[in-house]
Amino acid sequence: MSRSRDHFWRGFRNGAPFLLVVVPFALLFGVVATEAGLDLLKVMGFSVLVIAGASQFAALQLMTDNAPVLMVLATALAVNMRMAMYSASLTPYLGAAPLWQRALAAYFLVDQSYAVSIAEYEKRPEMSVRDRVVYFFGTMTPVCIPWYVATYVGAAVGARIPEAWALDFAVPITFLAIIAPALRTFAHVGAALVSIAVALSLSFLPYNSGLLIAAALAMMVGAEIERQTTRRAARRKETKA
Amino acid sequence: MNYSDATIWLIIVALGSGTFLIRFSFLGLIGNRRLPDWALRHLRYTAVAVMPGLVAPLVVWPQATGGATDLPRILAAAATLGVGLTTRNVLASITAGAATLYTMLWLLG
Repeated sequence: MSRSRDHFWRGFRNGAPFLLVVVPFALLFGVVATEAGLDLLKVMGFSVLVIAGASQFAALQLMTDNAPVLMVLATALAVNMRMAMYSASLTPYLGAAPLWQRALAAYFLVDQSYAVSIAEYEKRPEMSVRDRVVYFFGTMTPVCIPWYVATYVGAAVGARIPEAWALDFAVPITFLAIIAPALRTFAHVGAALVSIAVALSLSFLPYNSGLLIAAALAMMVGAEIERQTTRRAARRKETKA
Repeated sequence: MNYSDATIWLIIVALGSGTFLIRFSFLGLIGNRRLPDWALRHLRYTAVAVMPGLVAPLVVWPQATGGATDLPRILAAAATLGVGLTTRNVLASITAGAATLYTMLWLLG
């Protein structure tokens, strides 16, 4: 029994540094959503039911523009599509756990818990499925619980923040801060540039539909650059051998 | 924002359920079948494909100025991106962006 507690606390310790990112981000969501006109219950509804910051900000941004519901959903869900990849890559490690545990893990599958957990599973192949589940819940505890609390605090103080603070620009700054570290390879940069160019040039299209076209094209460009890069690297290896 | 309460709840619940289904997809429903390489390759770029396009118009045509391009906001965006690219640290990047924005608004405002 004490072993499984060890796994929980190791996960907790490895997830804890993300507090520094999660707390300000959630505070900001609470503040910005409240300023946009959502009441406390709806702000909390977002953070508890969706529990995915970037997509919450994306939805909020389109709602501020009064975009049609389908556009809001399509854009915000597109931001979360990366999680299908997380889900797929965790399946070899957690797929044998009971359904309710997998469902619970899925609900808490956020960027930070995923990154920490997958690294641990790869490093320690001897972990049992149970150990892995316990570890996962350890990593998500210091990320998800503060997420709810800080959203609440942000929403509670949000209504009292003066306009001179220029919080309108908090959303773009936050997004840019998330995007920058994600620009790891030439393929990522290429996708981002296509996304920007197409979104700006199609901004005249109604209901933010230009953004969806931009995203689809950018994804294809990223995937294609990656395919070419891997192929070229493979060829180089072949000629060396 | 001009939505009714019911519409806002519809958005929250639909986004919540949709996001859960994305997260649950392989873990819960598809199990150990492997995703084809081309699908993984596209999924890897979804975040960098959506977010820059979402943020670009907000930077170039900010709402607070009624859509007029604004030097403090452009510089703040550049600082955020620059610090984010060099440090790979989200918090440092946000701090740099906010500091630039406030300094520039104060200097030019």
